[in-house]
Amino acid sequence: MTPRRICLAAVALFGLISVSAQAATIQVTIDNLVFVPAEVTAKVGDTVEWVNKDILAHTATAMNGDWNVVIAPKQTARLVVKKPGNVDYFCKYHPNMKGRVVVTP
Amino acid sequence: MLVRLSAAIAAICLLTGAAYAQGAAKPTDPQIAHIAYTAGQLDIEAAKQALKISKNKEVKAFASDMVRDHTAVNKQALALVKKLKVTPEDNDTSRSLTKQADAKRAELNKLKGRAFDKAYVDNEVAYHKTVDSALESTLIPSANNAELKSLLQTGLKIFQGHEQHAEHVASELK
Ligand SMILES: [Cu+2]
Repeated sequence: MTPRRICLAAVALFGLISVSAQAATIQVTIDNLVFVPAEVTAKVGDTVEWVNKDILAHTATAMNGDWNVVIAPKQTARLVVKKPGNVDYFCKYHPNMKGRVVVTP
Repeated sequence: MLVRLSAAIAAICLLTGAAYAQGAAKPTDPQIAHIAYTAGQLDIEAAKQALKISKNKEVKAFASDMVRDHTAVNKQALALVKKLKVTPEDNDTSRSLTKQADAKRAELNKLKGRAFDKAYVDNEVAYHKTVDSALESTLIPSANNAELKSLLQTGLKIFQGHEQHAEHVASELK
């Protein structure tokens, strides 16, 4: 490797590290009408990702009205959290499904 | 009066379920598959009627949700019975559910506007409760095949979710 290549590689690596330090993706799986884990913690700017393994459509609907994410069957949907606070959410189609996102500053 | 009557019919259905659970006449897997499929189809038919008659946005959205969910579940149920080489078998419980739903549809067909919306949603609450109880007390405990049992357990969670959803819509109509 030439010094220039090493330098480029280092820059690329740094770039990756700084990006991942800035914003993380937190995954919630929906399996058999259950949000797993039921509670996740995210920082402002992080992405919460719902992976729906069911044959049914679900929603992640914030009880405070801040957001409403529809997750189609066998699909993934994402949300970037913008405000700190504890947000309880449920599925509009199956209100017996409940979860919580704790957003830290 | 009509609400009372459907509650009475629901009670009779529950009793039928209890009798099944105690006696030797426990439903077989082919019968259970037929009952579960029929319960979904009947809710789809009720929803199609609501989509035709209702003008209320929330009621129509609820009805669309019922069509979508029960269609998806019944598709999976059909795939399962095919895989298990089970032929769903008609039975007294399926027949009584169908008869009751036919009567309800005829009754709702005479209504319009708010009266229809209220009657449809109230019946959805009662209907889902009846099916929940049948699943819990009879169908799930009687199922022999593990995959059928697991599908019924998922079905129970869906029906319970729909019941809460229907209750929410009912409270908004008041
Ligand atoms: Cu749901």
